[in-house]
Amino acid sequence: MLVFVIRRVLVSIPVLIASTMLTFVLVKFTGDPLLYLKLRNPRPAQVVIDTESHRLWLDRSWPTQYWHWISNVVFHGNWGPPVLGHDDIGSEVLQALLVTGRLVAVSVVIALFLAVITGVVSAVKQYSLVDYSTTTMGFLFLSMPVFWFAILLKQGGIWFNDNVNPHTFFTIGDRTIPAIQGSTFANLKDIFGHLVLPTIVLGLAGYAAWSRFTRASMLEVLNSDYVRLARSKGLKPRTVLIRHALRTALIPLTTVTALDVAALLGGAIVTETVFQWHGMGNLFLTALRTLDFNVMLGWLLVTATLVIMFNLIADLLYGVLDPRIRHA
Amino acid sequence: MPELHGTVKDQPAATPGSAPSARTEREFTAKERTQWQLAARRFRRHRIAAASLVVFILLLLFAFVLPHFWKYTYDVFTDDLNVSPDAKHPFGTDATGYDGLAVVMRGTGQSLKVAFVIASVGTGAGAVWGVVSGYLGGFVDAALMRFADLVLTIPALALAAALAKNFGGTWWIIGLILAGVSAPYVARVVRGVVLSLREREFIEASRALGASNLRIMVRHLLPNTVPVLIVNATLLVAAGILTETALSFVGFGVQSPDTSLGVLITQAQGAFDTRPWLFYFPGVFIILIALTVNFIGDGLRDALDPRQTRERR
Repeated sequence: MLVFVIRRVLVSIPVLIASTMLTFVLVKFTGDPLLYLKLRNPRPAQVVIDTESHRLWLDRSWPTQYWHWISNVVFHGNWGPPVLGHDDIGSEVLQALLVTGRLVAVSVVIALFLAVITGVVSAVKQYSLVDYSTTTMGFLFLSMPVFWFAILLKQGGIWFNDNVNPHTFFTIGDRTIPAIQGSTFANLKDIFGHLVLPTIVLGLAGYAAWSRFTRASMLEVLNSDYVRLARSKGLKPRTVLIRHALRTALIPLTTVTALDVAALLGGAIVTETVFQWHGMGNLFLTALRTLDFNVMLGWLLVTATLVIMFNLIADLLYGVLDPRIRHA
Repeated sequence: MPELHGTVKDQPAATPGSAPSARTEREFTAKERTQWQLAARRFRRHRIAAASLVVFILLLLFAFVLPHFWKYTYDVFTDDLNVSPDAKHPFGTDATGYDGLAVVMRGTGQSLKVAFVIASVGTGAGAVWGVVSGYLGGFVDAALMRFADLVLTIPALALAAALAKNFGGTWWIIGLILAGVSAPYVARVVRGVVLSLREREFIEASRALGASNLRIMVRHLLPNTVPVLIVNATLLVAAGILTETALSFVGFGVQSPDTSLGVLITQAQGAFDTRPWLFYFPGVFIILIALTVNFIGDGLRDALDPRQTRERR
């Protein structure tokens, strides 16, 4: 097992390097970062453009640029010069990651918990009223555009504040700015309050997909021969369900969940945009619009590392949950 | 729960090839049905799925046929500005005078086309990718899966946004981009299924009988992944429509003057308080499409994979 972990981590490093190369090419193709200068009227003196070009290393070949960027990040913790007025890209990305991280983490925990419970219940009681109603609800959430729902919820929150009880829902931002002068508790409460609506949005999106997935894989397992055998041995239904069936049914769910981390980051981009959070979403979209390539590269590097980490966790869980898959 | 394995009642589910000899010995005659007829029968009995199929066909007509008969088109102004829904404009009009119904019909069509590209290309590529990788194992598996990891390391929305910024916002390009982004996702899931399938006895048996790798993959593994593929294809159609919406919302989807449901909602969000109908109608149509497709997929799974239907019907 340990050998497998070490080998898998070692294999991940080339993947990460290849990923940075892929994203580098991708980012290079998004356009000319100095276009905003060149389109100015009157056009700035050529020397200005040349200076900027030199500062951003745009006058070198791509491989040189790539090597310059990656070696600076890895060996010096320097994330490269921003095109427009950013402070330090590294700290900015990490700052945004903390904001988005708490949104995603809370949503995932709540969504998974609810999804496994409803998935199992509706598989065990297939075609019952419970199954039909939870499935229909799941289908509805699965079919709702994240940001359409987010805007609806936001408008609902605003309506509630205006008409029923002001200061109930926070509809803008990830925290009160400037930060509340007071106890840590007051600040935590403030942050938590801002989390409520976005968490509902993001959590429901994850919940819908996962409960459906749990139900599908649980149904498959419940109809398999070994579950029938376990039942006919006279095991308690509870034991059969949890120790025999659920364990197997969770295998595909672990992969899907770990893979969905990237998708959830995508969902977070949209959710954050609606609720005007200053998280990863805002950072990336602004960078893509202004073609601030070093910000994009930093963003993609951080998310790629995260996703690879979660893939590794999924692979390890695979082995723990399914003895048939041996990590020799 | 009594199971009726090997009894007469189970016979219709047997493969057509084995049916004739068993059938002649039976004292009562049942109409012989092929597997597809049986599947169709099971699908029809899944009432929500059958109803969804009808609604979905109506949606197709709405998107691709009705525009030819409607008096307004999506790209021609009318003289009525900011009209709330009435008899003349059932879906109202926007601030520049476009007819809401015409625009929603066009948007529905474009979104559906994007979704079809995603579902067919994405699922097809992902299935082949996953089966080959999971069955062959070894170096091929490592190479294919590391490449999937590579694509999956980038959040789909970010990758799609960056690609769409390069290659432009035509509907089929958006579709292909989103298909490419989702194929490795399908591949991972399919591989997971194949990994445990290939250890099963029936694969070992067919290998012992001298079946080639290609035959095992095509005849034995691929059909067994169909339920997973169907669930994934429906999820992809739904997710595809939704991703397209999200992409448009952040400004990198289908570009005007063309439109899609995502573009319509994005344009309408600023006027939520004054012209809410512009916001609600496209949203409702997205939900309708995604919902019916999901239900159809659910019915198809029950129909094509009787193993998952606990009561044999």
